[in-house]
Amino acid sequence: MKIHEYQAKELFRKYQIPVPNGKPAFSVDEAIAIAKQLSDKGPWVVKAQIHAGGRGKGGGVKVAKTMDEVALYSKNILGMKLVTVQTGPEGKIVQRLLIEDGARISKEYYVAITLDRAVSQLCIIASPEGGMDIEEVAEKTPHRLFKQWIHPTLGLRDFQTRTLANQMGFTGPASKQFQDILKKLVRLFMENDCTLAEINPLVLSQEGMLSALDAKLDFDENGMFRHPSFQELRDLNEEDPSETAAKKFDLSYISLDGNIGCMVNGAGLAMATMDIIKLEGGNPANFLDVGGGATEEKVKEAFKIILQDSKVKAILVNIFGGIMKCDVIAKGIMGAARELNLTVPLVVRLEGTNVAQGKQLLEQSGLKIITASGMKEAAMKAVAAAGGH
Amino acid sequence: MAIYVNKNTRLIVQGITGQAGAFHTKACKEYGTQVVGGVTPGKGGERFEEIPIFNSVKEAVESTRANATMIYVPAPFAADAILEAADAGIETIVCITEGIPALDMIAVKEYLKTSSSVLIGPNCPGVITPGQCKIGIMPGYIHKPGKVGVVSRSGTLTYEAVHQLSQRNIGQSTCVGIGGDPVQGETFIEVLKRFNQDPDTEAVIMIGEIGGSAEEAAAEWIRSEMKKPVVGFIGGQTAPPGKRMGMLERLLAEGVEKPPTKSLLWKKPAYSSVSVQLHWERQWKKL
Repeated sequence: MKIHEYQAKELFRKYQIPVPNGKPAFSVDEAIAIAKQLSDKGPWVVKAQIHAGGRGKGGGVKVAKTMDEVALYSKNILGMKLVTVQTGPEGKIVQRLLIEDGARISKEYYVAITLDRAVSQLCIIASPEGGMDIEEVAEKTPHRLFKQWIHPTLGLRDFQTRTLANQMGFTGPASKQFQDILKKLVRLFMENDCTLAEINPLVLSQEGMLSALDAKLDFDENGMFRHPSFQELRDLNEEDPSETAAKKFDLSYISLDGNIGCMVNGAGLAMATMDIIKLEGGNPANFLDVGGGATEEKVKEAFKIILQDSKVKAILVNIFGGIMKCDVIAKGIMGAARELNLTVPLVVRLEGTNVAQGKQLLEQSGLKIITASGMKEAAMKAVAAAGGH
Repeated sequence: MAIYVNKNTRLIVQGITGQAGAFHTKACKEYGTQVVGGVTPGKGGERFEEIPIFNSVKEAVESTRANATMIYVPAPFAADAILEAADAGIETIVCITEGIPALDMIAVKEYLKTSSSVLIGPNCPGVITPGQCKIGIMPGYIHKPGKVGVVSRSGTLTYEAVHQLSQRNIGQSTCVGIGGDPVQGETFIEVLKRFNQDPDTEAVIMIGEIGGSAEEAAAEWIRSEMKKPVVGFIGGQTAPPGKRMGMLERLLAEGVEKPPTKSLLWKKPAYSSVSVQLHWERQWKKL
């Protein structure tokens, strides 16, 4: 689960990690009021709040030297379609701003904490090359990327923060402050079930003080039962409405660009189904995993979500029934097809428990369902039905 | 022989009285697995389908000599259930539960380093040695005893592979679903090591997915250590980038060098989905 920068910064404040003064604004008037509260002579920073990085390059972050500029930039950015390297070409509409005090920067750094799957431990990644795309740092100057792993029971030790501070080139009070920030960031990460905590850039001011100019936090959905209040931080405007609807029914849905709607049980089989559609010359419209224990109800909801996408020209259902029985799935498909008045061609491939009954039900249903036995055949038929060949 | 489980495995079920636990306990028992007990705190002394229920894993082990457990405990309590099983000396812990917080699993993984218990999962279909013992949620009837080992990160895609094997009259020694969570028990390499040493396994099918670096690591290991033929498959190769995993994770996984793609690491191109029908067909014949 992702949250906005201003929300992350509020959590940073709670952990006493230094951040610039600032507040979110939802209108130009509000932006001006906040800027006035912050200072009377600026400069101020107007920052678009969307769940994607690369905002600066996309024109979503502006430094305002006068109050008129605060008004102008706020007006321009609010409502703009912000396209960044992370949003994809469709971009995101900006609906919130963060108005902050401008900082007098002498140097920018990078710090992040995330899970290193290879060793099943949390890892701190730090670099003196802050402010830029960290992947670029990794590619161009890999020796400027430093890591320390956090032992699950020993936690982050002093020698580790000292090592990182030295590698980053900090001395004196800045070194102490950096180490303090690392410890607080680790505590924040662990106490809030984060999957990512990133500060890019962490800046050293001309006065020699560090602060988090940007803040990014992602949370582990699986840990959210421990933090019920975080649900309020969710910004549904930032989430794909179909993906949100799918989540409500415990379906896993990701929209894609193609025209063949897919409904599959299990993520691995769903991905393999997408692959085989592509290899047959077609293009999947989505990834949809109905899960291991799909019911008739879930199948129906899945169809609804697929059909909301007007690009869909054919639907491919690929179910390997284990726990899930094929006859139950067949009934779900038939019910949904009737109720939703399905007009696009429907290709169904069923395998597994009670497959014979399932196939028989579909054949006798009187519905125009194209049956297939095997993934390849199903994909070929779906591609043909969508007019892909 | 086979690996992890066989006809002598004595299984208990943690969370036996829950809906999923009860359903799959019955299915495992029907398949022929020796289900010797169940654990539900507070229900000790009761019975489920004639299976005695205990309050703790320790009590269950003491009175049934169980050496394996299947966990259906809800996610908030599942990490604790794994630790309890390890503490009671259970050899093979199979955790089916999905949705366990990553931070909980980091602690579990650390604890298991000091224990002789082996964890399969979480968020996995389980492990089956066809004709002998089924621990998990996989449909038993699609399996067939034989000589091919299967190890996989995914659930239904494994069923697909096993089904195609059985249809071609190729039986399986053991099928292991290691699950797809970021922090997991047995990894591809640990399972492959066991297959390598198992006299009942002549070849292995490994089914991976995009995301993470476990498949690359396994490919390296196979190249240097594996004595038996391995057929590889990676699902999701045509998926658009950036939809499922953050860049930092990739950065960590792939290190700072420009990584070769997954498929390049395999000696031959990875057998992608078409392979389910085409390449695999050829590979089966080789096996």
